[in-house]
Amino acid sequence: MSPLLQATDISKFYGSRVGCQNVSFDLYPGEVMGIVGESGSGKTTLLNCLAGHLKPDTGAVLFDTRADGMQDTVKMSEPARRMLSRTDWAFVHQHARDGLRMGVSAGGNVGERLMAVGARNYGQIRAKATDWLDRVEIQVDRIDDRPAAFSGGMQQRLQIARNLVTGPRLVFMDEPTGGLDVSVQARLLDLLRGLVREMELSAIIVTHDLAVVRLLADRLMVMKDGHVVEAGLTDQVLDDPQHGYTQLLVSSVLQV
Amino acid sequence: MNEYNFAYLDEQTKRMIRRAILKGLAIPGYQVPFASREMPMPYGWGTGGVQVSAAVLTPEDTFKVIDQGADDTTNAVSIRKFFEKTANVAVTEETGEASVIQTRHRIPEQVLTEDQILVYQVPIPEPLRFLEPSEVETRKMHALEEYGLMHVKLYEDISQHGAIATAYAYPVKIEGRYVMDPSPIPKFDNPKMEMAAIQLFGAGREQRIYALPPYTKVVSLDFEDFPFEASKADQVCGVCGAEDSYLDELITDDEGGRMFVCSDTDYCRTRQGNIT
Amino acid sequence: MYVAVKGGEKAIDAAHAWLAEERRGDLSVPELSVAQIREQMSLAVNRVMAEGSLYDPDLAALAIKQARGDLIEAIFLIRAYRTTLQRFGGSNPVDTGEMSCDRRISATFKDAPGGQVLGPTFDYTHRLLDFKLVADGAVDPADERAVETETTPHIMSFLNKEGLIEDDVATDGATPPDLTREPLELPADRSLRLQSLTRADEGFILGMAYSTQRGYARNHAFVAELRVGTCCVEMEIPELGFAIEIGEVEVTECETVNQFQGSKTEPPQFTRGYGLVFGQTERKAISMALVDRALRWAELGEDNVGAPAQDEEFVLYHSDNIQATGFLEHIKLPHYVDFQSELELIRKLRRTPETHMTEAAE
Repeated sequence: MSPLLQATDISKFYGSRVGCQNVSFDLYPGEVMGIVGESGSGKTTLLNCLAGHLKPDTGAVLFDTRADGMQDTVKMSEPARRMLSRTDWAFVHQHARDGLRMGVSAGGNVGERLMAVGARNYGQIRAKATDWLDRVEIQVDRIDDRPAAFSGGMQQRLQIARNLVTGPRLVFMDEPTGGLDVSVQARLLDLLRGLVREMELSAIIVTHDLAVVRLLADRLMVMKDGHVVEAGLTDQVLDDPQHGYTQLLVSSVLQV
Repeated sequence: MNEYNFAYLDEQTKRMIRRAILKGLAIPGYQVPFASREMPMPYGWGTGGVQVSAAVLTPEDTFKVIDQGADDTTNAVSIRKFFEKTANVAVTEETGEASVIQTRHRIPEQVLTEDQILVYQVPIPEPLRFLEPSEVETRKMHALEEYGLMHVKLYEDISQHGAIATAYAYPVKIEGRYVMDPSPIPKFDNPKMEMAAIQLFGAGREQRIYALPPYTKVVSLDFEDFPFEASKADQVCGVCGAEDSYLDELITDDEGGRMFVCSDTDYCRTRQGNIT
Repeated sequence: MYVAVKGGEKAIDAAHAWLAEERRGDLSVPELSVAQIREQMSLAVNRVMAEGSLYDPDLAALAIKQARGDLIEAIFLIRAYRTTLQRFGGSNPVDTGEMSCDRRISATFKDAPGGQVLGPTFDYTHRLLDFKLVADGAVDPADERAVETETTPHIMSFLNKEGLIEDDVATDGATPPDLTREPLELPADRSLRLQSLTRADEGFILGMAYSTQRGYARNHAFVAELRVGTCCVEMEIPELGFAIEIGEVEVTECETVNQFQGSKTEPPQFTRGYGLVFGQTERKAISMALVDRALRWAELGEDNVGAPAQDEEFVLYHSDNIQATGFLEHIKLPHYVDFQSELELIRKLRRTPETHMTEAAE
């Protein structure tokens, strides 16, 4: 099997400060990769470089496009990259507000990606939006309500529905459970796990919460000061951490 | 009467506007920035249309101006007088006689020909403006053909009102590429835009010109199951009896009595002439 | 029979005749002369020249007379006239350091070479109506004193000897873009922004500047120098091969020093805001300097706090009172057709309440 995404030598600097440096990895179809580290470790910078929100200073991000096979998304034209980001890619923001249109109804939020790629049948768009609201456990009769009237957990589930409706192959998630209550987090994680398995999604999840990666990620990269200090299978890294920093991370979780 | 150049604008300026028009015709529906001049009438009162007319008028032209379909509304009169004075061109109220027609908010009922130019006055040229206030953003959206948001607006209309709640300035897609604002014409007029005449759009305050060459494909945005409808009042003209023309509604007495008449005054007058 | 929209032409002619009569007012009161307006309403004349972007006190006074004292209408008359004028070329940059100052004050240094010159200002007058002016505006001649120095150096230049203030970035000598000859495209460079601000509506710029003082993108400005005076305008004549003086303009120049904490790339230092406006127009020049400084957040590496005065597109697109007035007042024009189509739509939507919900569910 060939990789879906291949990152090689990704580096990003802010002046003389390192954002992230020399990060390389492969992601295979259906695989979920977790990136953990404390704030300032470079994990969000890396995610933004991978998802095309930031242009890395060095390196390549190859993605296996449906039409043309492996393409470097860093060198891709902006229209092509934007097309990718509304078809095969999805991005779940930490704050649902950043990923939703707060002035548009729930149905419109879910329908937007469909319409952006050419859906022109109102009934079908609405049916699909209804189906997706149901899948993310939002009552279907809330379809015409605006997200401002939703709870934080519902907003986050709506954001996930909005992202997954076009059947992307790769989902980027930035602290998807951040800022939510613990009980709400558990429900969201459960939902995400179900969707990832069911849709055979590949995903890259950035989080500082080891519980999230324990539950969702097949593989793990641990970052510190812009560098990957340890990588491997999730269970292996969490149960038998080799690097001192990872050991510290894992033990700090255990203390909680 | 030699204080001003023919049709008011100096020749350099006219050449600049003509270049913008040609570029607009070459890329139908694309908004071409142009260095709009300060005109002796206020912005928002047709300065874009006036500049476009000034750039295309020749001494041999016959000029017609309508506002709301009528030749004798005050602003139409004012603009017609302006060109009578500064260009000394022949003017007419007959649609068929005119070689250049400047309009605000209507397309004449009579079918236009290849020998005619229709000049629209445009207040807000950007169809995405009320969805996205930033010009920098909307230009990027056009460049990347990101028009999903436009349909989200139509979707929201239907989900809230059961129909697309846009009655005028109804957005259109040009030759499958640019989404364009047809100026605030009623949507009844949208299908007429696929026409033989050249259509030029001038927005003075917003400094944009755009254009449609003859027979350009113009599609009003809609959904398959909520198709675009070119609707009008379900009435006939109380004066000429026309059933196919766009109607103005007039209040005729204190009791709220109503009457419907053609908004296109030339069309109505011609029909009355044919009846008597 | 139906006559509602007929007679537009007659109505316009009659309205214009009436307007002329109203402009003249009571015939038993002597008519104002253009010279009277130019001499006795000079600050109004200055504003019309500044926002009309045309330095001609006589024409500005004429415009004020014609506009019945409505300054925005007068500015509009000047702008429309200006458009038709032929361009002979560009002058050399005006050297405000060579200004012959009528007024020059600094809020940052008590004294500086050239001194503080209060000049003709309202600043320390008591705002009491002077009923003597009702009867007779005769004035005694003011005391005069010979100027001490020929030229007055800029106060900012002293401050900068210590390197405490950002360096003025010299332009590359290229002619700056002309806002009135090219469409405004964003992002605009500073010279384009300053052009736009100097002809912007005084009230709008004042409001924007005031908002920065109240905390919307606060940049704590000191008036390093405010000077009002005349500068000569020189133009290079190709046939002669050198520059000759073609006239004089009165201008107001304001330079502010603003706090700056430093950023990732810049050390802490003072930064600058700049205002330059035709005529004695102090309120406008100071406002302009504050707004100029607020708009420079990106180049200085400051945070965009989302304040209106930081938003270049918002400020530049909404500061022109001729554009704003025209578009605002155009809603007086007939909108029968648009309104009719809305009327039809509302009727249609009301005819079919709720039916779409069932359709949608099917």
